[in-house]
Order: sequence, then C-alpha cells, then structure tokens
Amino acid sequence: MAVGAYWKKKRMKTIVCVKQVPARDSTVRLSSDKKWLDETDVTFEMNEPDAYALEEALQLRDKAGGEVVVLSVGPPRVTSTIREALAKGADRAIHIDSGSEPPLDASGTAQLIAAALKTESPELVLTGLQSDDAGYGQTGVILAEYLGFCHATIVMEVSIGEGSVRVKRELEDGWFQHVTMPLPAVLTIQSGIKKLRYATLMGIKKAKTKEVRTIPASDLKIERNGGLTITSVNAPQRNKQTQLFTGPARDVAKQLVEKLKFEARVI
Amino acid sequence: MSVLVILEQRGGKWNRMSFETMAAAGKIAKEMGAEIEAAVVGADVQALAEDASRYEAQKVYAVAHPLLAEYTPDGMTAALEQLIRAVRPQLVLFPHSYQVRDYAPKLATRFGKALASDAIDVRVADGQVRFTRQLFQGKLNAEVQAAGEPQFASVQAGAFRAAQPGAGAHTVETFTPNLEPSQIRSQPEEPFRETQRAVDLSAAETIVSVGRGIKDKDSMPVVEALAEVLGAELAASRPICDNGWLPMERQVGSSGQTVSPKVYFAVGISGAIQHLVGMKGSKTVVAINKDESAPIFEMADYGVVGDLFEVVPALVEEIKKAKA
Ligand SMILES: Cc1cc2nc3c(=O)[nH]c(=O)nc-3n(C[C@H](O)[C@H](O)[C@H](O)COP(=O)(O)OP(=O)(O)OC[C@H]3O[C@@H](n4cnc5c(N)ncnc54)[C@H](O)[C@@H]3O)c2cc1C
Ligand SMILES: Nc1ncnc2c1ncn2[C@@H]1O[C@H](COP(=O)(O)O)[C@@H](O)[C@H]1O
Repeated sequence: MAVGAYWKKKRMKTIVCVKQVPARDSTVRLSSDKKWLDETDVTFEMNEPDAYALEEALQLRDKAGGEVVVLSVGPPRVTSTIREALAKGADRAIHIDSGSEPPLDASGTAQLIAAALKTESPELVLTGLQSDDAGYGQTGVILAEYLGFCHATIVMEVSIGEGSVRVKRELEDGWFQHVTMPLPAVLTIQSGIKKLRYATLMGIKKAKTKEVRTIPASDLKIERNGGLTITSVNAPQRNKQTQLFTGPARDVAKQLVEKLKFEARVI
Repeated sequence: MSVLVILEQRGGKWNRMSFETMAAAGKIAKEMGAEIEAAVVGADVQALAEDASRYEAQKVYAVAHPLLAEYTPDGMTAALEQLIRAVRPQLVLFPHSYQVRDYAPKLATRFGKALASDAIDVRVADGQVRFTRQLFQGKLNAEVQAAGEPQFASVQAGAFRAAQPGAGAHTVETFTPNLEPSQIRSQPEEPFRETQRAVDLSAAETIVSVGRGIKDKDSMPVVEALAEVLGAELAASRPICDNGWLPMERQVGSSGQTVSPKVYFAVGISGAIQHLVGMKGSKTVVAINKDESAPIFEMADYGVVGDLFEVVPALVEEIKKAKA
C-alpha cells in the first residue's frame, strides 16, 4: 500500500500504550497482603512488546508524518517510562495517574484509556500484545471494543493505506496471515518486529520540553463491576521432582554428568 | 452450574486444546455438579459437532453461518454473543489459543465482564469457581475470582490432560446466528507459512537451547561448544531468534517448533509458557539458570542454579572426559 499524498494532508495520529513493569530479572517478593508483589527494591522498565509498539509508531510517523502520543496508566513512578518514550521520539504524552490505587484488571485499564482518548480521535492505537507482570493479553482488544474500532492481535508487520491498514498476524506453529481493516484500528504488537532505537542525548534533552498531560484516574469516572479480583498470590509448586545442583561449576558439572550418564543414560 | 465450552477448529480440524478445555469443565462438574455444553463455530461444522458429542458435554451446538467460513473477530464475537444470550451459561470456557486471545476479551466486554485469561487451574471454593493465573511470566501464581455471571475464562495450553470421548453420543443442535456482511469489518487472507523449514528439530535426539541469559551474540560459542560435544541440534527461545542470533526456524515454542528430544538443555531460558509448550514433551530436561525461582526449574529433571558462563564450559569439559 502506498503512503502518498493522503497522509501528507491528513496528519496521522498514533497512540501508543506503554505499561511500566518490574524489570525482567527482578526478584519478586509477595506484598504483605499477599495480593501483589512487594515493590520496594524493584526496578521498573517499559514492558517489552510496548517498546516494539513504540518503535513501529515512530517508523510509521517517519514515513507518513503525523504525531505519536504515548499513554500510560499507573502511579507517578511511570513518568520515567513516559520520559524514555519521549526521548526516543514520541511527540507528547498522556499520563493517567492512578495514585496509590492497586492496579486494575485489563478491562478497568482499557476503560480508563478509552475515556482519556475520547477527545483525541486517533487513526491508530498500538499496544503491546501482553504485559510481563499481569499477563492478561487483553487490554488492546477490550480497548478496541470500547472505542468501537477494528483490531488485530499478535501483529508482526503494519502497512498503512488510505483509510485502511494491512497487517501480518502471527498464528500458531509458524503460520501467518494478512488481514486488512479500516481505520481507526487498535493493533497489539508482538516483540521483535523491528530493531529498537536508543534514545540519543539530544532526544533526552528535547524530552524535557515535551508536553505530558496528567489526568487523575478518578476524574475519568469509570464504572467498575464484573471485574476480576485477586484473592491470593503464591509461589508455584514444582510438579516434577527436580534434582537441583548448586555450588562451584566444576563440582556441579561432575555431578550432572554422572546423572546424565548413569541415571538418565543420555550420554 | 452450567458451563459452555467453546471448541476451536480451523479448516475442519480440531485445535487439540479444545479437549483440554473440556477436561477443565469436567473438573468443575466433578467438584460442584455442573451441566456441560459445548459449541463449535464455522460455516459447516456438523461433522465436528457430531464428533464432539462423544465427549462429556450433554449438548453440542453447531454454530453455523456462511459468514463464519473464515475466522474474523467481528463474526466470531457476534455469533457467540447470540449463542450465549440464548443458552445463558453461568461460565464460558475457552482454550487460550491465539484465536481466543483475538476475540474472547471483546466478547466478555459485550457482557460487561472480564475474562480470566490463560488460567492454569480451576477449583471450587465456597461455592465459587476460582481460576489460577500466572503473574510475572510464571514466577508467581494468583487466584482470581470473577464477579457476576456469565463468567469467562480461558485455559492455558497443556494445563489439563485432554478429555477422552465416551461410549455414546450426546445431542447436537444447530444454532444459526443472525449475521450481516456489513458487521464484518476486517478482511482476512489465506494463512501461510514463511518458508519451508530447512531444519526439522522434531526428530532431534539431543537439543541445546539457548535463551536471553546468553546476553549477546558474541557469547554464542559458549553454547555451540556444548551442542558440539553432545552432537546436539542448537535451538533457542524467541528473543534469540528475534535478534537474529539464530535463524527463526530454530525457535522452540508456541510460535516456533514443537520438539520432544531425549534430552533438552535449557540454557539461560526462564521458562515462559510459550516456550514450555514447545519442549515439554522432552524426556529429560536439564535447566541451567542463575535464578533459582525461574519457572524452567518446575519443568526440569536436573537443574543447575548458576552462571551459564561458568557452568557450561565446565560441563563441556566433563562430558569430554566422560566420553573419552
Ligand atoms: C503470543 C506469544 C508467542 C510467543 N511465542 C514464543 C515462542 O514460540 N518461543 C519462545 O521461546 N517464546 C515465545 N514467546 C515469548 C515468551 O513469552 C518469553 O518472553 C520468552 O520465551 C523469554 O525468553 P527467555 O527465556 O530466553 O528470556 P528471559 O525470560 O529474559 O529469561 C532469561 C533467563 O536467563 C537467566 N540468566 C540470565 N543471565 C544468566 C547467566 N549468566 N547464567 C544463567 N542464567 C542466566 C535469567 O535468570 C532468566 O531466567 C511468546 C510470547 C507471546 C506473548
Ligand atoms: N497500565 C497501562 N498503561 C498503559 N498501557 C497498558 C497498561 N496496561 C496494559 N497496557 C497495554 O496493554 C498491553 C497488554 O497488556 P495486558 O492486557 O495487561 O497483557 C500492554 O502491552 C500495554 O501496551
């Protein structure tokens, strides 16, 4: 599909939803109420597929022009992730500040985002396909339903047409499929679709002057019923009998080779 | 309690996860007494519905319409919304497949409800159905409860052993939803495979699989040496293939290959479910990971908690000795 004069005249607006999540290698400890994790000592980062969603949005803008707006729901700490997105090149940001409230489920988050986007009328909304912490894999799809937009999930490639978008979706077992749909649309982006850019020093400097609109979540007055409640959180049980080895590398290597040779008989 | 199980097919073939979902419904039936019904959706699904009627569900709905020939989220959501409003189940269970990810959250939203997605277990407590979901890519498990009815939940691949058909056949009923072409906004094209796979890992006896713990491309020789001394095929988790450190066709997992070697070495792989579904048929699993709480250890027969950059070279030396 060609991106010709159409998008030159019509400024394409893309919203990218980014979530701040505990860094992948954080040690997770339960909070005292056993309903979530203890956030002290946790470092946070941008959810991985969201970084790819941002990259896709920036590359589309570089080609077709228009504007990229990042949006994040969360407590004040998420502004560091918003700044990172602005430093990489997003034009402005919306922070839905949930204060000290516990995180909402996917439908609650989607409702907040939909409410905040009422005045934005974007052509495209990109989300990651799944968050690393809650892992619902749903926020984008629910958001599309609230906005009345088309959607596609697990997206690997995006090509913008005039008033439409054609995407390559990933299916199971190495299968793919192209789907075309009218704009506006919500796309949930899979990791790895493009190479990620780094923020430049210039970008970081510029980010400080870019607009971040903060909306208190309570101002959006969403109705919550039919949601999910976490009743408890636990460490998983091992179901296989795992023989664990720890200690100096040479010793564990010896023990393991013994086992593989005489017990599992695979060497 | 009445449970509606949504079975999944593509091109007239079952997605195996359908009957794992049936088994989850069976567990609820056992724990609290529940009526199970099932549904299969497509343009012509009579034969599949007949096949499904041999399982535990008392009734199977053949939800059929020409506009459902190819899957679209709009068509699927509209058809199932009508079925659910007509049948009024208290719980709707789906397999957590890529297709279900694409429409079930939309469907649940139509009812003002949330989907308990990717559940690894269900149980009944205080007369309520509770679902177990993973948090932080499997590092923690949360039990969740959904408010009101109907409830919606999807079941993770491999969480339940697939149900088996019984002796007799139950009722099959055709359900024809009202659908208009204008309701379906997206145009899907034929599914395709990228290229013929040059490597077939499914026949490999020994696999050394590497994950993001390897840090960078320049460190790949560390695991290559292990594969070489074992005469093993090299494979990887998704991020390694995304980065181009190994070709895509060596990716193991739900969007890559499914393997079942005699021994699978998972080196610096955390053990996310999308990886595990591709290798859990391995006879012996050896995991090397510096994080003792990595979910891969729940799968492993032998686990080494340690730095792969120390453990793997030491292992190579010991294997050389053992083979000498
Ligand atoms: C729809 C969908 C489809 C997907 N399909 C697939 C698929 O087909 N295949 C797949 O693999 N993934 C797939 N994924 C991604 C999957 O969810 C995980 O993100 C991925 O498997 C993680 O890869 P990893 O374990 O290598 O990386 P990480 O999760 O980052 O784990 C790295 C591990 O290395 C360990 N480590 C770090 N340094 C060292 C060291 N020095 N020594 C020892 N250990 C170390 C860490 O403790 C950690 O456990 C899919 C995801 C989605 C949502
Ligand atoms: N709190 C949030 N703020 C912004 N975006 C979010 C938030 N939660 C979820 N998302 C988006 O929705 C995607 C899917 O999240 P989830 O449904 O939790 O798996 C994420 O990758 C984000 O793009």
